[in-house]
Amino acid sequence: MTKLTLSLTLAILLSSPTPAYADNALASPNHKSEQDIIHFLNRAGFGARPGEIERVQQMGLSRYLDQQLKPNTLPEPDSVKQAILCDALDKSCIELFQKYGRANFKAGKNASEAEKKAAKKEARQNFRQIYEQTATARLVRAVDSPRQLQETLVDFWFNHFNIYHKKGLDNVWIGAYEEQAIRPYALGRFRDLLGATAHHPAMLFYLDNWQNTKAGQPQPALQNKLAGQTTSPPSAKSKFKGINENYARELMELHTLGVDGGYTQTDVQELARVLTGLGIPARGGGGGQGGLARRQRPLLGPGVMTPRAMARRAGARITEYGGDLIGLGPDGNGSKSVGEFGAYFDANRHDFGSKNVLGHRIAGSGEKEIEQVLDILAKHPSTAKHICYQLAQYYLADEPPASLVSKMSDTYLKQDGRIDKILETMFNSNEFWDPRYINAKFKSPYRFIISALRNTDSHLTDPTATAGYLRQAGMPLYGCLTPDGYKNTQDAWLNPDALLNRINIAATIGAGRYPGVTTGNITAESLADTFATRLSDQTSATVKKTPANQRVGLLLGSPEFMKY
Amino acid sequence: MSNINNIDDPMTRRDFLAKTGLATGTLLCSGLATPIEAWAQIGNSKTAATDSKLVVIFLRGAVDGLNVVVPYADPNYYAMRPRIAVAAPGQDNAACLPLSNGFGLHPALGPIYPLWQQKKLTFVLNSGSPDPTRSHFEAQDYMEIGAPGQHIITSGWLNRLLSQLPDNKSPVRALNVGSTTPRILQGKSTSATYAPSNKRRRAALDNEVVEQRFQQMYVGRADSLGAAYSEGIAARNTINEKLSNEQMMANQGALPANKFSSFGRQLGSLIRQEPKVQVGFVALGGFDTHVNQGAGKGQLANQLTTVGQGLADLVQALGPAFARTTIVVMSEFGRTARENGNGGTDHGHGNVMWVLGGNINGGRLWGKWDGLSAGRLNENRDMPVSTDYRTVVAQIIGEQMRLSQSQLNTVFPNFARTDRSLADIVV
Repeated sequence: MTKLTLSLTLAILLSSPTPAYADNALASPNHKSEQDIIHFLNRAGFGARPGEIERVQQMGLSRYLDQQLKPNTLPEPDSVKQAILCDALDKSCIELFQKYGRANFKAGKNASEAEKKAAKKEARQNFRQIYEQTATARLVRAVDSPRQLQETLVDFWFNHFNIYHKKGLDNVWIGAYEEQAIRPYALGRFRDLLGATAHHPAMLFYLDNWQNTKAGQPQPALQNKLAGQTTSPPSAKSKFKGINENYARELMELHTLGVDGGYTQTDVQELARVLTGLGIPARGGGGGQGGLARRQRPLLGPGVMTPRAMARRAGARITEYGGDLIGLGPDGNGSKSVGEFGAYFDANRHDFGSKNVLGHRIAGSGEKEIEQVLDILAKHPSTAKHICYQLAQYYLADEPPASLVSKMSDTYLKQDGRIDKILETMFNSNEFWDPRYINAKFKSPYRFIISALRNTDSHLTDPTATAGYLRQAGMPLYGCLTPDGYKNTQDAWLNPDALLNRINIAATIGAGRYPGVTTGNITAESLADTFATRLSDQTSATVKKTPANQRVGLLLGSPEFMKY
Repeated sequence: MSNINNIDDPMTRRDFLAKTGLATGTLLCSGLATPIEAWAQIGNSKTAATDSKLVVIFLRGAVDGLNVVVPYADPNYYAMRPRIAVAAPGQDNAACLPLSNGFGLHPALGPIYPLWQQKKLTFVLNSGSPDPTRSHFEAQDYMEIGAPGQHIITSGWLNRLLSQLPDNKSPVRALNVGSTTPRILQGKSTSATYAPSNKRRRAALDNEVVEQRFQQMYVGRADSLGAAYSEGIAARNTINEKLSNEQMMANQGALPANKFSSFGRQLGSLIRQEPKVQVGFVALGGFDTHVNQGAGKGQLANQLTTVGQGLADLVQALGPAFARTTIVVMSEFGRTARENGNGGTDHGHGNVMWVLGGNINGGRLWGKWDGLSAGRLNENRDMPVSTDYRTVVAQIIGEQMRLSQSQLNTVFPNFARTDRSLADIVV
């Protein structure tokens, strides 16, 4: 009986021929086969839950994609609502610093050993709390949310604009960064996403732009412990070192143009000059010992506006909301908040000379310059190509076809960098449906574990084991320390140890012994229906020979499951 | 300036040989084009490249090098470290052990002291990564990718070294003790990872019937998954088999005191029993001693005991294979010369690298030492980096493993190896 059902399933899966489609492939009635729907759900999300293939088959891929492109119209389950209700995601950077980040600075220079130790311990606990909240929210959403396309895009864009959760203040801002700067823009205009990351304190801290200062300028004394600079040498104390190119370089190399995007070292230097003064709140202008670290007064007094209200009044000076915030007194030193996330622009540290970036003359005008260069970068054809190549690599193949990248880039340039339109172009392309790409891309560890949980109808009750697996697999959540993010290719993830590890995890899930999840009542047949576009003779023969209670683990550890 | 006469000697023995033509007949007859290759030839006259091994022990968290190799003859040392200085030899019941030129070894490293006396152990003073970062993660990353300051390189230098060694097809060419593949081993060549614990948790694939089923699905596949599976199983079998031999022998003696003290014995025994192992890697943590690090005894001493005992076990377990093995111990940066207000030390710059090996010119110190006076410190704070860690490693692998300059350039890209002061560190 079981054997029969399984064989039948396999027969169906193996049977569909692949006609050539026009470039509105999704609308084609041809896309009704299980294989096509599995392929689509594997790419536009982290795989189907049991029963989902049939549901999508009924509504049609076109309609399904329309819904996915408007994620806010899809209701989230309670598990998600619960997981995202936490400080790490809800609070502003300023509040997070105040509540979770300050502990690290609490013990002053003259504190006793015990006080310092206690402060350190408190800081560590705070960081862990923020990390756990952030990781739980991410994992529960990836596993449970019906907004699957958005979840893949959050994974993609976070990685594209990567920050490292253990670098200094990013310990407390990691969740806010994803929630405020990445997620809301994941399907919008690239320029908005770029602007959000460029104005988020978490990014400005991670890539050191908060230190980027007009050459020869004195600086505030926020040498922070978290950045690993526990005690500054007296000579370097209370002086920034002038220009810091780090963010400027990665902004062009990684975030926009790409390494071969046609910029020079001079462009990097000029862009760095444009970005001088853009950072996080600190006592600007080198005036004394202040800044985030030392100020003991509450950042937001009672009755002060919520972060959301603050966000609505983007661009307004934070001083309006409660006076003396994070060391920025009403001393008129030219520092003011920019954007809605708590970033500051310090005119005193800005280089007002004129610059030349990528052949554009930028007159010295202050923070407007930043918008100007972000416009230039976002509109640049190299950016279109770079972004589209990466999207196609993530969604289709390690080496995506040039014809597809070119179609997507055309859409990018014609549609003002609208990510939803670019994805539509991709999903509707012939290339996307080329059989050579079906079940051919090796899963990243993240995709492996999320898809295994979705395909087996599992829900997370405790993400510890899953986060632990990702760490062991070399892909800890928010733990990529370099700005290039994790690789998204087989080269990076396929190695003997990793494969054996996956198989062992698969067997644990199959046996119902994987910690921290509840698994649905799943059979090998229903599991195969969720992911297998085709199974090799070797695999199906082995499955048939295996006792029924071990088949789920076997399928999850099969070569076909390692790919998507 | 230098209080060690031979450390900073500009004319090394090998330079001398090359310049005066007094080298062996092998060199004269071989007609080698460059002095570098000539050195490599001489360096390997005793050892074939294919069976030379390199083991890297990474001490994460920045070990306090000034308390590993203690400059006890320098009064500044005691002035700067009133609470944590290690006493000069004979001055205390936890005093350092005399090395040379006024330096001593931390007493917790007693287990490797005999190797110093046998001239199989040396230290390179004021060495490390030239990048000024004092961030652990950044510094470790730079050190492991082998390209300080360059974000564009993602593979690790130990992995690139594998790509330059003869591919003996063994699944255990590279052994990594731990649970994840560290940056230093990431890249195209495969490595085998095993946990250092004594009792392994049984996984699904340890069950033969289950393993057989997966084998049926994977083996014979045309794609790289099939190959990866076979390699993984082969590596696992080799490690399990050799380790169980080793466990049986070990069980007759005392059990290891803690999880990590077994790293040396296990790794050494694997390398001895499986000649195809070419590189090994172990990372040990717990060296970020900001608070209460202690002097001859205390927190740091406890950590060093693990390292010292592990290294001594490693050498012992290697047995005859030690003759072909070099062990390099490194850390991402050093610590401040002065102790801080909490009886600890903060993030610094230069450190000391430890080198052990059958072919190492040990029993003397290497590197450049300018003392601890304020004007000689880096940023009036910590030790300078006078010797790039890549110079140390390149010298060792260049000679022991017979790598050409262009191969070394693959291991350490964009690194101009101009510093010849360590030309004699390999016998």
